[in-house]
Amino acid sequence: MSAGPGAGPPPAPGAGAGGRGPGPLLLGVRHHGPGSARAVRAALDAAAPRVVLIEGPPEADALVPLAADKEMRPPVALLAHVTDEPGRSAFWPLAEFSPEWVAIRWALEHGVEARFIDLPAAHTLAPESEGTDPGQDGPVDAPAGAVPPAGDSAPPPDEAAAVRIDPLAVLAETAGYDDPERWWEDVVEHRGPAADDPFAPFAVLEEAMTSLREAYGDGGHKRDPVREAYMRLRIRAAQREFADDVAVVCGAWHVPALRRRATVGADRALLKGLPKAKVQLTWVPWTHRRLSRASGYGAGIDSPGWYGHLFSAPDRPVERWMTKVARLLRDEDRGVSSAHVIEAVRLAGTLAAMRGRPLPGLTETTDAVRAVMCEGSDVPLDLVRDRLVVGEVLGEVPESAPAVPLQRDLAQAQRRLRLKPEPLEREIELDLRKETDAARSTLLHRLRLLGIAWGEPVVSRGSTGTFRETWRLRWEPELSVRVAEAGVWGTTVLAAATARAEADAVGAPALAEVTALAERCLLAELPDALPVVMRVLADRAALDTDVGHLAQALPALVRSLRYGDVRGTDTRALAGVAAGLAERIFVGLPPACAALDGDAAVEMRGHVEAVHGAVGLLAEATEGAAGAGGVRGRWHAVLRVLAARDTVPGVVAGRAVRLLLDEGELAQEEAARLMGLALSPGTEPADGAAWIEGFVGGGSGGGMLLVHDERLLALVDTWLTGVPAEAFTDVLPLLRRTFSAYEPGVRRTLGELVRRGPAPRTNAEATGSGLPGFAPDLDTGRADAVLPLLSLLLGLGDPDGEPGTTDTETDPHTGTVTGTHSGTGDGDAHTGTGTDNDAHTGPGTRADSDSTRADSGSTGADSHRDSDSHSDSEDDLVRMAP
Amino acid sequence: MSVSVEPTSVDTPAGERGESRPGEALRPHAEHAFAAELAALAAQDDRPRPERWLLSPWAVATYLLGGTLPDGTVITPKYVGPRRIVEVAVTTLATDRALLLLGVPGTAKTWVSEHLAAAVSGDSTLLVQGTAGTPEEAIRYGWNYAQLLAHGPSRDALVPSPVMRAMAEGMTARVEELTRVPADVQDSLITILSEKTLPIPELGQEVQAVRGFNLIATANDRDRGVNDLSSALRRRFNTVVLPLPASAEDEVDIVARRVDQIGRSLDLPAVPDGIDEIRRVVTVFRELRDGITSDGRTKLKSPSGTLSTAEAISVVTNGLALAAHFGDGVLRAGDVAAGILGAVVRDPAADRVIWQEYLEAVVRERDGWKDFYRACREVSA
Repeated sequence: MSAGPGAGPPPAPGAGAGGRGPGPLLLGVRHHGPGSARAVRAALDAAAPRVVLIEGPPEADALVPLAADKEMRPPVALLAHVTDEPGRSAFWPLAEFSPEWVAIRWALEHGVEARFIDLPAAHTLAPESEGTDPGQDGPVDAPAGAVPPAGDSAPPPDEAAAVRIDPLAVLAETAGYDDPERWWEDVVEHRGPAADDPFAPFAVLEEAMTSLREAYGDGGHKRDPVREAYMRLRIRAAQREFADDVAVVCGAWHVPALRRRATVGADRALLKGLPKAKVQLTWVPWTHRRLSRASGYGAGIDSPGWYGHLFSAPDRPVERWMTKVARLLRDEDRGVSSAHVIEAVRLAGTLAAMRGRPLPGLTETTDAVRAVMCEGSDVPLDLVRDRLVVGEVLGEVPESAPAVPLQRDLAQAQRRLRLKPEPLEREIELDLRKETDAARSTLLHRLRLLGIAWGEPVVSRGSTGTFRETWRLRWEPELSVRVAEAGVWGTTVLAAATARAEADAVGAPALAEVTALAERCLLAELPDALPVVMRVLADRAALDTDVGHLAQALPALVRSLRYGDVRGTDTRALAGVAAGLAERIFVGLPPACAALDGDAAVEMRGHVEAVHGAVGLLAEATEGAAGAGGVRGRWHAVLRVLAARDTVPGVVAGRAVRLLLDEGELAQEEAARLMGLALSPGTEPADGAAWIEGFVGGGSGGGMLLVHDERLLALVDTWLTGVPAEAFTDVLPLLRRTFSAYEPGVRRTLGELVRRGPAPRTNAEATGSGLPGFAPDLDTGRADAVLPLLSLLLGLGDPDGEPGTTDTETDPHTGTVTGTHSGTGDGDAHTGTGTDNDAHTGPGTRADSDSTRADSGSTGADSHRDSDSHSDSEDDLVRMAP
Repeated sequence: MSVSVEPTSVDTPAGERGESRPGEALRPHAEHAFAAELAALAAQDDRPRPERWLLSPWAVATYLLGGTLPDGTVITPKYVGPRRIVEVAVTTLATDRALLLLGVPGTAKTWVSEHLAAAVSGDSTLLVQGTAGTPEEAIRYGWNYAQLLAHGPSRDALVPSPVMRAMAEGMTARVEELTRVPADVQDSLITILSEKTLPIPELGQEVQAVRGFNLIATANDRDRGVNDLSSALRRRFNTVVLPLPASAEDEVDIVARRVDQIGRSLDLPAVPDGIDEIRRVVTVFRELRDGITSDGRTKLKSPSGTLSTAEAISVVTNGLALAAHFGDGVLRAGDVAAGILGAVVRDPAADRVIWQEYLEAVVRERDGWKDFYRACREVSA
């Protein structure tokens, strides 16, 4: 039953068969198997070895005594990391029911030495080892996976899947089971150790593994021969010291290889020239959740809580389990009686019998709990799974355990970036075009994500360029505590920030927070976190029924999209999500605009404007990408729907028309038609006023539009004249809000136009071919006046050499005022002069313009004064009246 | 003092007619339709059988889930779904607990209960259809008033309910739509399920259930709160929730098979090769129902309808009829689009937005779905 092809003469003693043969006592186990753990304890009690050798990194030998510490509570893990590179790390998790843990505790209780004998972490974590990164997922499942340390970072995962065999799966399949876990449960875990021979289970398992390894060799676990060679050497060393009083606890997969006779020379040769790294080890707390497969660490077991129960329950495991479940459900206010427990135990037993299993396993008990106690529902069952099957057990580690690696990584980054933690507050300017500065910025952003507020971003003085950042730095002692706390997120700042961002994204309650997080991920350069954040974002957006939330989220998202471009990040995922978000808004917006009251309508107008701006940027950002070209087109379609639908409040409809008009999507005539519709006598005056507010109100430069398109102005004028006196008081505040926001100059012009009366209107109609409100032919004299400035702006040099530099700098206002024909674009030019004009000129011009409108305006103002309902905010109009 | 009820004393004209000419029935009972399979299973079943069971629990599970017997007889699967569910259901019946099958409409609750009764007792006709008007007599017993007036109360004047017959004969009784039955009528089941006896106070007698008696109830969990089961009654049931099909392939399989059966029984003209369209319908149903696209990348809002497999079947059947009678004989996107719209948009306001969002965000971008998108746009507009 010992090895097949022996390698050379046999210097090693042993090669014993089942039972306690000569040679070291080899106890093949399944990592995290409670049955194995129990068997190991029984075997150790029976054999009473003088030294216990355990599969694990030998650098941890010094840490073994900590396991006896009162404050040490499993589950814990041995963490090994490369000293200069904390990101390169590996965990060996141990639970209460892990055979290795049982062996350590047994050794400590009996005053026996315990040693780790696996390949040193110095080799497994060495950078060049097999060219792959021995990241966390590698060695984690080494001690924790099924019988063989499946991970070990040997071949890349994809290749591994094809090559490696899972010995348990093979054995289970041979036994006719489809699920290796279940097979193992049936043949090992559910059998108490045989009272007569504590070594029997190990002998049987060894036999099975031996034939497996004869058939499969190393089964694709390429690193195993090296590790096993090292283990053999260590075992030999122990044997020299303690003769055969040596017990070895290792994965059952390795037992045949350790039993094999190999020469010291051959083993040494295998170990020659292994790369080495400087590593450090410590104990870290672990949780049941991270032991379970669902956590993504791939530690290998589905049900740590159930295994813990099997390990600790003295007898009647199923009855005890059902009672536990019943208690949990009762605590959550579910009526579960003893009768339920009885029926559940019966059902589980009958199910096991029907499925031909010796004892009800987790599957049977779960099925029974679901059918009897949970009324078929999976909701309480999830609670059972969460609290009991996985269990919320958090390990503890004594304070004397060495420091966490995150601290080291941070210190290293600080040295590298010459960014000293100082208690004094200081400000630094970062130029993101420089590599070091960019790295500093990234580090500070990451720390902020982790809640380590070392740096606070402040508004840059001087330059406002996007490549410049200003930070205020201040290191306070408590930040060290924060760093230690943040250690749970990962071993490096990058990994920790990524994990934290992902967790934050999943936990964020509002859509806008997720968008903000996406922006921060870009700033902190966390490309790995971005997919998760994007996913959450897309999910939230999909499920959020409030178009307002979506509309709020879109602008930030589009901003980050553009910002990502600046930094050269891959933002395709972002663009996809943004496009999806826009799509949802397009679909949801028209129904959401129905039946809104005044305030909600004004809010909705804000959303429409925000989306409009974002869509413009989005269309630019995704230009060229297939399918995205139509974003703008579809948005226009939505705006058209908004403009035409009756149920849409006036302020939103007016805004939609205006946006379409500005984009050139709507002809002036059409806009005028829609305005005429909205202002026709049939509509409520308040609605009409709202429409006007939407169309020309706010900071949209609508005043200039009215100035230049006199047809529109005439429509407003006619409507206003037609408003009945009693309704006028109601629409007055809205109108006032609309028109008072205009620049004084614009107001005056409007007033003059109105005073001129209907003449311009006929004029405009007569012109026909040209823009309404303009003469049919170009006034070349006035047009020429703008040329010098235009050529200066375009950098064409002086066309005539005529205007001096001083001229052109003082000229622009006159130039624009006289020369611009574009109607809306020059609102900005006016602000240059207009901002300084304040209330002193304001009332005057208004009074001016109002007196011209005597027919409509002043009568209205009079009636308003009589009613005396608005006294404070409408004082402007009051003042202008007399 | 227990009394047995003679099965022959009950006049079941419908059953007799059905038995005399099973081929004529629009829908034969399970025990007739699959008589050959049941016989083959019974012949080869060597495992222990609970008293009065025609098959062992293992064989009942095989009957429902399908398989091949040692002699090569192929058992067709009656239920496509997790093995676990069928095992728990059968085991429940074997432990003399009553079985409650829960599920949204169209998850084959009645189908499973019928086949379970057929396989366990060889008779699926001991059925009480639960309605808002189900009287207590339907669950306990009624009286033949002519007899009662002529001869006074006696066993001859008693009209036993299906449940009473099942108790007396050790058979499986079925109660459909238990939650639609008024609460006071539901409660009459409590004694039957806990004491396993049905007193007849008028005669000073009782009917005691003999071994083999059990009861399968079905309830629709979308109707929760209509006539919710009292906790006393609930405690007497083991509950099994029948899920919607787990994988798209399963569901396509179910839909295709049922559409084929229904199409044949309704003599619809044969329409070739609709499997792609069926797959599309199933994909749409699943995605909207689960609230996530099949590639797991995009979440979606779920409409208010159940979008069960049964509805998918009717959409496809409908589409087939359209294609055969009015179309070009091939099942096309346009033939199913209207049906899908009707199934999805149950609430005209909210569901329509959800449907449009789905169309724009998912369907439009999908390769090879252009025709479907256009068809849906046409009917949605």
